[in-house]
Amino acid sequence: MSATSSTIVNLPDQSSATLPKRNYLNNEHGLMSWLLTGDHKRIAILYLISITFFFFIGGFFAGMIRLELLTPQPDLMASDTYNKMFSLHGIIMIFLFLVPSVPATLGNFLIPIMLGARDLAFPKINLLSWYLYLIGGTLTLAALVLGGVDTGWTFTTPLSTHYLNTHVVTAATAIFIAGFSSIFTGLNFIVTVHRMRAPGMTWFRMPLFVWSHYAASVLMVLGTPVLAITLVLVALERTIGIGVFDPSKGGDPLLFQHLFWFYSHPAVYIMILPGFGVISEVISTFSRKRVFGYTAVAFSSVAIAVFGFFVWAHHMFIMGVSNYSALVFSLLTMLVAVPSAIKIFNWSFTLQKGSITFETPMLYAFGFIGLFTIGGMTGVFLGGLGMDIHLTETYFIVAHFHFVMVGGMLMAFLAGVHFWWPKMTGRMYPESLSKLAAVTTFIGFNLTFLPQFILGYLGMPRRYHAYPPEFQVLNVLSTAGATVLGVGYLMPLIYLGWSLKYGAIAGNNPWQATGLEWQIQSPPLTENFIEIPIVDHEAYDYEWLANKTVNEVTTVG
Amino acid sequence: MDNTAAVAHPREAVGLEEHTEHTFLPQHRHHFETEAQQREAGTFGMWLFLLTEIMFFGGLFFAYLLYRNWYYPAFAVASNQLSVPLGGANTVILITSGFCMALGVWAAEVRNKGFLVIMLILTTFFGLCFLGVKYVEYHEKWEKHHIPGPSFDISEFVNPAAHGITNEKPLPVDAAERTQVFFSLYFAMTGMHAVHMIIGICLLFWLTHRAYRGDFTTGYVAPIENFGLYWHFVDIVWLFLFPLLYLINRHPLH
Amino acid sequence: MSDKQAPANITDPEHEEHHIVTPFQYLLVFATLLVGTGLTVLAAYFDMGPLNPIIALFIASFKAVVVILFFMHVYFQSRLIKMTVAAGFFTFLVLITMTLSDYISRAWGLW
Repeated sequence: MSATSSTIVNLPDQSSATLPKRNYLNNEHGLMSWLLTGDHKRIAILYLISITFFFFIGGFFAGMIRLELLTPQPDLMASDTYNKMFSLHGIIMIFLFLVPSVPATLGNFLIPIMLGARDLAFPKINLLSWYLYLIGGTLTLAALVLGGVDTGWTFTTPLSTHYLNTHVVTAATAIFIAGFSSIFTGLNFIVTVHRMRAPGMTWFRMPLFVWSHYAASVLMVLGTPVLAITLVLVALERTIGIGVFDPSKGGDPLLFQHLFWFYSHPAVYIMILPGFGVISEVISTFSRKRVFGYTAVAFSSVAIAVFGFFVWAHHMFIMGVSNYSALVFSLLTMLVAVPSAIKIFNWSFTLQKGSITFETPMLYAFGFIGLFTIGGMTGVFLGGLGMDIHLTETYFIVAHFHFVMVGGMLMAFLAGVHFWWPKMTGRMYPESLSKLAAVTTFIGFNLTFLPQFILGYLGMPRRYHAYPPEFQVLNVLSTAGATVLGVGYLMPLIYLGWSLKYGAIAGNNPWQATGLEWQIQSPPLTENFIEIPIVDHEAYDYEWLANKTVNEVTTVG
Repeated sequence: MDNTAAVAHPREAVGLEEHTEHTFLPQHRHHFETEAQQREAGTFGMWLFLLTEIMFFGGLFFAYLLYRNWYYPAFAVASNQLSVPLGGANTVILITSGFCMALGVWAAEVRNKGFLVIMLILTTFFGLCFLGVKYVEYHEKWEKHHIPGPSFDISEFVNPAAHGITNEKPLPVDAAERTQVFFSLYFAMTGMHAVHMIIGICLLFWLTHRAYRGDFTTGYVAPIENFGLYWHFVDIVWLFLFPLLYLINRHPLH
Repeated sequence: MSDKQAPANITDPEHEEHHIVTPFQYLLVFATLLVGTGLTVLAAYFDMGPLNPIIALFIASFKAVVVILFFMHVYFQSRLIKMTVAAGFFTFLVLITMTLSDYISRAWGLW
C-alpha cells in the first residue's frame, strides 16, 4: 500500500495527455535524417542502440564462459575457443560497451540540456565519433567472424606479438579507432562545459552529472592516445617486426605494461565516473534533497581523475616492477579510496532525513551503492602489496572488477536509462515490471559474483576453462546466478521496447526533479530550448522548483 | 518562470531580418550565441586534440628515453648512421613550412586571398620537400638493411672497418643487436611524424582549394587557424626528434 | 535591448580579445628558430659530456616554446588555453616520472 502512496511520480491526466506535436524524434523523417544528424539527442539514441547491440554480444560470450565453467572438465569447447570467448567478452564489454555506455548515450543526450545549450560544441565531431565507434565495432566483429582473437583484452606482449596466430592486428585496429571515438566524445564535452554554459550557469551550479562527465572527459582526452600509440607499436611489432617490446631484440615487455595501464587504469575511472554522476542525480531526486556536500562530491570526481594517473602500476605488482616503486604505487592506490568514499558517504548523508521513495531508478541506485562499495573495498585488498600477490590472476580479481564495472557501472547505466527514459521517449516504462527487473538483476549479480570472491580466495586462477572438482559447487552457483542476471538484463530490453508505444505519457517532469532537462518538454525539441534559460538557482534546489510550480499555477489561474 | 523575461538570442527568430542587421556569417552555427564563442570553442577544441597528440607521441618519447639510457653505445653508433646534413636541411625545410603557414594565418586575418593561397601552396611544397628528403633517408636504410625485422644486418656495427668506417669502434655482437631497438624507434617515431605530415598535406590540398574559392578571406579564419595549430605541432615534434635521433654522439666524429 | 547585452557565457573571464600577430613578429620567430637549429647542430660537435643531451634538449624546448607562444598564438590566448597546454605537458611528465621511478629503482645505479 505504501508503495503506491509514497511516490513522487506525477503524470499528466492520461485521457487527455499527448506527446508534444513537435520534438526531436519527429522533427525530421527518414533514415538519412538519423544517419546524418547533428542533433546530440539523436546521436545519443544511435549510440544507445549500438551499445545495446554490443552489450548483448558481449553478454553472449559471458554466457558461454559460464556454461563451460559449469563442469570441472573442459567439455563444452576447446581451450583455444575458451580463450577467444573471454578475450572477446573483455574487448567488447570494455571498449564497445563500458567506455561509451553512460557518456555517449546519457551524457550526449543530457549535457547540453543540463548546461542550457542548444547542442554540443561540435555536432559534426559528435557524429564522427559515432561513426568511428561503428567502424571499431565492425572491425571487432570482423576479428570475431574471421576466427577470433585470444590475447585477453590486455594484448599482453610478447604473447600478442609473437605467439598467437589469431586476428590481433584487426582487433587492435578496432580498439585504436574506437579509442578515437571516445577521445572525440570527451573533447566535445570539455569544450561544451567550458564554452556553452547558459547565462548564470556557473561551475558550482552545474549538476554533478556534468562534473563527473567533465572529469571522465579529461581522462579520455589525456589517457586514450597512450593506448593508441601502444597498440600501434604492438601492430608494428607483429607485422614488420620492430623491436620495441621484444625481449629477444632488447625491448622490454614491461614497457608495454606501463604504457597499456597508463591508459587502462584511468579507463576504469572513465567507465565509473559517469556512473557516479547518474547516481548523484537519482539519489537527490528520490530523496528530495540537495546532494549533501555538493562541492566535495564535485571535487572528488576531479580528484579521482587526477589520482587516476598516478596508480597504474598496481596492475603490475607481480610482473617484476621494482619493489620500491611498487610500494609507492600501492600507497597512491589507497589515496583513490578517499574521494570514492567521499562520494559514498555523501550519498548516504543525502538519504539521511530525506523523503525517500523507491522508484526503479532509486532501486538500481541502491544496488549501485552496495555493490560498488564491496567492489571498491576489495580493490583496497588488491592494492595492498602482499595481498595482491595472493589474489591477483585469480577469480578474486574477476569478482572485484565485475562488482565495480557490472555491479557499479551497469547498475548506474540502468538507473540512468530508467530515470531519463521518460525524457528521451516521452513515455514511462512499466513501474512494477521494472522494479522486478531491478531486484532480479541485484539477486542474479550477487549470486554470480560473490562465489567468485571465495573461489579466488581459494586459489582458482582466472582464464582457465578447467578447474579442480572441489570448486564445482561455487561455480555452479555462479553459473546459475549468471542465468538470473541474463534474465534481469533481457527484461528491460523487452519492456522498454514495449513502452515506446504503450507506455503512459510522461509529461515534462514526472519525477518533479530540478534539473534544466526536466523543465522542457519530453521528448525535447531539436533545439532543446526555445529561449536560452537564465539560471538563477543552485543545482538540486527543490524550493526553487516548488516556488516555480506555485507561480505557474497562479499565472494560469 | 522568469526565464522568459530576459532573452539572450531567440534563435528561432534569427531569420532574414536579423541576418541583414548583424551580418551573420554563413559559417556561424546555430547553437553558438556569437561568432567569438564559436571561434574560441574551435580553438579550445583544437588544443584539446593537440593534447591527445602530445600524449600519443609521449609514449614514443618515453620508450626512446628508456632505451637510450639502457643501450647508449648502440644508440650512439646507430645514430651516427643518420645524415646530419639531410636531417638539418629537413629541420630548416620544416621551419620554413611552418613560417609560411603562420604567414598564411596572417593573410587570412587581413583578408588577403592571393597571399593566403600562395602561402598555403608554399606550406604544402615545403611539406612535400620534407617527405622527399625523408624518402631518400629511408631508402638508404633499406639498402643497408637497417630496417628492423628478419633481414636486419648488424655487420656494419660489428666490423665498421670492413665497411670503410674508420672513426667508429666495433661493437660486441650483443650490443650491436641493440642498434635494432634504435632503428625500431627511429622508424616508429619518424614514421608516425611522417603519417601526421601526410594527413596534414592532404588537408592542405583541401584548404588550398577552399581558400582559392575565397572561403577564408571573409572573416571566417577558424579552419586556417586551427589547421595552423596542427601543422605547428607537427613541427614541434620534429624539433625534438632531430636532436634526439640525429645528434646523440657526434663529437668523436670530426 | 536584451539583444545587445552579451550573454554571460561569452563575457566570462575565460574570454580574451582576439589578437593578430604581424608578419614581422613571425619573421623574428622564424629567425630565432633557424639560429636555434644552427646552435643545436654546432653544440653536438663539441664534447661536453653529460651536458650534450641537456643542451640539445634545452635548445629544442626553447624552440618549441617559441613556436607554441607565437606561431600558435598561445601568448595572446586566454588563461584557459594556457592551462590546457600546460596540462598536456604535465600529464606527459607524470607518465615519464612515474614510469622512470620503476625503472630507476629496479636496479639502483645500474641502469
